[in-house]
Amino acid sequence: MTTIAVASGKGGTGKTTIATSLVLSAPELRPVFLDCDVEAPNAHLYLHPHFDKKFVVAIPVPQIDESACSSCGLCTQVCQYNAIAVLGGKVQVFPELCHGCGSCARQCPEGAIQEVDQPVGCVQTGTSPNGQRFGRGLLDIGQAMPVPVIRALKRWQGESSGRLVVRDSPPGTACPMVETLRGADYVLLVTEPTPFGLHDLKLALEVTRMLGLPAGVLVNRSGAGNPGMEEVCQEYGVPVLMRVPLRREFGEALARGLPLVEAFPEFRLRFRELLASILHQIKLERRASRSLEGSEPHDIGLDGDR
Amino acid sequence: MKVAVTVNEPDSLAWLERRFARCAYYLIFDSLTKAWRAEANPAVEASSGAGTRAAQFLADHGVEAVISGEYGPKALRALNAAEIKPYSASAAPAEKLFEDLLAGELQEVESGGAARSSGRGA
Repeated sequence: MTTIAVASGKGGTGKTTIATSLVLSAPELRPVFLDCDVEAPNAHLYLHPHFDKKFVVAIPVPQIDESACSSCGLCTQVCQYNAIAVLGGKVQVFPELCHGCGSCARQCPEGAIQEVDQPVGCVQTGTSPNGQRFGRGLLDIGQAMPVPVIRALKRWQGESSGRLVVRDSPPGTACPMVETLRGADYVLLVTEPTPFGLHDLKLALEVTRMLGLPAGVLVNRSGAGNPGMEEVCQEYGVPVLMRVPLRREFGEALARGLPLVEAFPEFRLRFRELLASILHQIKLERRASRSLEGSEPHDIGLDGDR
Repeated sequence: MKVAVTVNEPDSLAWLERRFARCAYYLIFDSLTKAWRAEANPAVEASSGAGTRAAQFLADHGVEAVISGEYGPKALRALNAAEIKPYSASAAPAEKLFEDLLAGELQEVESGGAARSSGRGA
């Protein structure tokens, strides 16, 4: 199994456009698509999966046994998220702030805290007409905790031997993006040549560096203007793998719900080349770490490219 | 009765900070002695739950009423549980607002509030 996370930093640079075209270009790798943008998943608009399974994602939140509670306040001190407070001599829980870490229950000297499941979202899975396995997370409206939903989505996917897994990341560089990248073999960063795109690309490159993940850059809307992209990539030692020019026809096709490689089949070969180059880099990375750790090979390759 | 006023400087002439849980200081006035002291707000840079943390802080200091501009819904729930009365005021020096409260000229906040939840990426 090989996992590529498609991320960006700046929103609206074309992560989903690129991620969906990637899986559509390599059917022989029996791709699995994970839409990890659980606050606003939209890859289903391009891949049209038929969802046949759904399971609820919950986090454990504290429930107080008032007869046992001594209002000592230790729970409020250990809570990093200010989700629990002793007010008016009683412990008050604010479940919408709780991250489900369990510290309060573990620390309570009276054993007065029991953890109960609170639903925060769901995972939906199915198959698209093109044969991809498709999974997406969906955070409930009003919930502010996307990470447990992304984790559950990754758990559903599990180990898929010999398959290509593409994770479509939420924008930004905060916890949900980090969780999407964690455990991936490679990060494809989609950016655009604007000051904002460049600024957020640097933030995203910092994250990949901290996670120790190999990364490459795809410049979308190439020709739109801002210089400096090459310098930044050089500074971080990551390659610019592909450029997609700024063209009105691309936007029009996407607005009609057509994936880039379906509206413009000439792109298929370019996406296969992109994928081949990513898989090659992953192979080199694995070879390097194998010589250190002696792990088993599990490379995948495109037909006619092994 | 102890009354807290949200401000950004430790001075009784400092003007009101309108955000309940994101002020730099709480000026805590004593209605009997008229004395005041400034307490740094431990919740000012909290990534989440600033309102509940701030309410806990005021409750621990025995505050019974607070004067600010806007309160979030969780802050109001926490203040309500702690039996601290939230009052709403517009821009003025802290000392004047404290006197306005004693004169019964300030409006107690009933419900509602500004922020609904934390943003993306929490």
